[in-house]
Amino acid sequence: MKSIVEVQQLIKKFPVGNGFFTALNEVNLSFAEGEFAGLVGPSGSGKTTLLNIIGSLDVPSEGEVLVMGHPVGKLTAAQAALLRKQQLGFIFQSYNLLPVYTVYENVEFPLLLLDLPASERKQRVLETLEWVGLTDKVKSRPAALSGGECQRVAIARAMVKRPALVLADEPTANLDSENSHRILQTMLKLNEELKTSFVFATHDEKVISYLRRIIRLQDGKVVADELVNL
Amino acid sequence: MLLFKTALQSLIGNGLKTWLTVFVLSLAIVMIIIMQGILHGWSRQAIDDAQRWELADGQYWCGGYDPWDPFSLDSATASIPEPLARQVEQGLLEPVLITQATVYPEGRMQGVMLRGIRPGQQLLEIPTAVLRGDSMGPVPVVVGAFMARQLKVKLNDEMILRWRDKNGAFEAVDIRIAGVFKTAVPSIDNGVLWIGLENLQAMTMRQGEANILVKSEAAEVIEVEGWTFKTVDKLMEATLLLVKTKSAGTSVFYVIFLLLAMLAIFDTQTLAIFRRQREIGTMVALGMTRGQVVKHFTIEGSLYALLAIVVGAVWGTPLIWYLSAVGISFPMEAAEFGVPMADVMYAAVTPGLVLGTVLFVFVVTAIVSYLPARKIATMNPTEAIRGKIL
Repeated sequence: MKSIVEVQQLIKKFPVGNGFFTALNEVNLSFAEGEFAGLVGPSGSGKTTLLNIIGSLDVPSEGEVLVMGHPVGKLTAAQAALLRKQQLGFIFQSYNLLPVYTVYENVEFPLLLLDLPASERKQRVLETLEWVGLTDKVKSRPAALSGGECQRVAIARAMVKRPALVLADEPTANLDSENSHRILQTMLKLNEELKTSFVFATHDEKVISYLRRIIRLQDGKVVADELVNL
Repeated sequence: MLLFKTALQSLIGNGLKTWLTVFVLSLAIVMIIIMQGILHGWSRQAIDDAQRWELADGQYWCGGYDPWDPFSLDSATASIPEPLARQVEQGLLEPVLITQATVYPEGRMQGVMLRGIRPGQQLLEIPTAVLRGDSMGPVPVVVGAFMARQLKVKLNDEMILRWRDKNGAFEAVDIRIAGVFKTAVPSIDNGVLWIGLENLQAMTMRQGEANILVKSEAAEVIEVEGWTFKTVDKLMEATLLLVKTKSAGTSVFYVIFLLLAMLAIFDTQTLAIFRRQREIGTMVALGMTRGQVVKHFTIEGSLYALLAIVVGAVWGTPLIWYLSAVGISFPMEAAEFGVPMADVMYAAVTPGLVLGTVLFVFVVTAIVSYLPARKIATMNPTEAIRGKIL
């Protein structure tokens, strides 16, 4: 299958005091189209850092990361924004919905950035909200939603532009068991139906049980990379 | 359009806070327009009243005449020269003779400025027709309402007037208050007694003489030796300067209003950077460039000004119309301030004033919104997403 992310000899260091903390150390990975993979490991293992670099929100200190053929470390801020806008979807642990917008407006936001016509935006937003089962909440604001509903809005917002890759950072951390399973089933369904690639950063067993590929990180290094046969 | 839409959505989503800020800003806009309008109105009314009551279309001053120096009066009196005398005969110029005098209302002694003017004059609004009187009784004089109160006299009251003639000899005569007029021009009211010109000329032995000649619009300005023509602008210089000073003083109030509004916006926007950093990080993650985020917040702040203009127009227009048409009463005496000031002041609001104010507020709001928004450019999106920076 076609590779959409290539991570080569990636090193990421953060300045700490007079020295540096190495968050990622010589990581080599590749993600193919349609993958449902997870970066698994304890806190501080480098999961979120790797996800941020793949998401072009951060840059490597050394090595190279190619996302859809674009070298993340060499992109300008505008090119990185364009890559995120067109190809990537993000799902965050604490949902990160825009609080002043309604559910509809939150999901519509990425399409506004893509400058799509109003009629197409409306059609896509309603269709995506239907996938996640929130058509009855279009006018609600995030404050009026439950945690599970907020995360479903976040999934809809990530999926509405049909991205090639969705990066999900601890998407179930704030959810109860029932909501977690519902969310994961929704994402799995979208992965199967739309062939969207999903990369998770997680240490939640519920998420791990859904993954098709598990990449274990420890102290910034890949210690295991295994496919799961279901 | 995208940024406008997203900024507008944010603004509406902010709910009550938005409307409170918008109201304060609209208050600033309307108050600036009203205050400036009233000052413009005052300035316009001051010129208009001064022209109608005292200056007409300008004045010729004799020699070293100085209205602020009573000791110059005797030396600043002269016969009206031929070319000007012809215009006086035609009613195009109105001569005024001025001298110091003392009155004794009910035995009290009070210094006054005695001004002689022709009873039949039509140029100024001073009710001089009553100065004709008859040759037998006390000499008729007219005074302004403020002066009447100062002297504690009323219509038809009589008192003694004492003055010195051209040769320095003291003379006295009985005078009668033949008229009391109300004016917004203190310089013809405060401390002034108006008397028939011929009477005063005879009393001071200055037949055919005057200190000033008030020019009508129809009269041509002529260069005459010993007389200097002063335009209305020149004569109003001090008053307009005072209005201008008042305007500067009053601007302190609307600067305070504006500062309050700007503080509200600056506070809202600065707080937004702190409070909404996760939101900003999310916007960046979704594909907004930093420039777009800065524009988004600048537009969002500027929209406060736009909304305030609309809200201000809704509640401010009827108020401004009322102040322009009906005016606002000031329970104080103009003469006490020494400048022309009517009992009722009208706001003179011009399109230029409205546009200028609105534009000024809009630009200031945009700048105030931009400054905290610029901070966004320094944000690290990965930290912002987690709400961990600043």
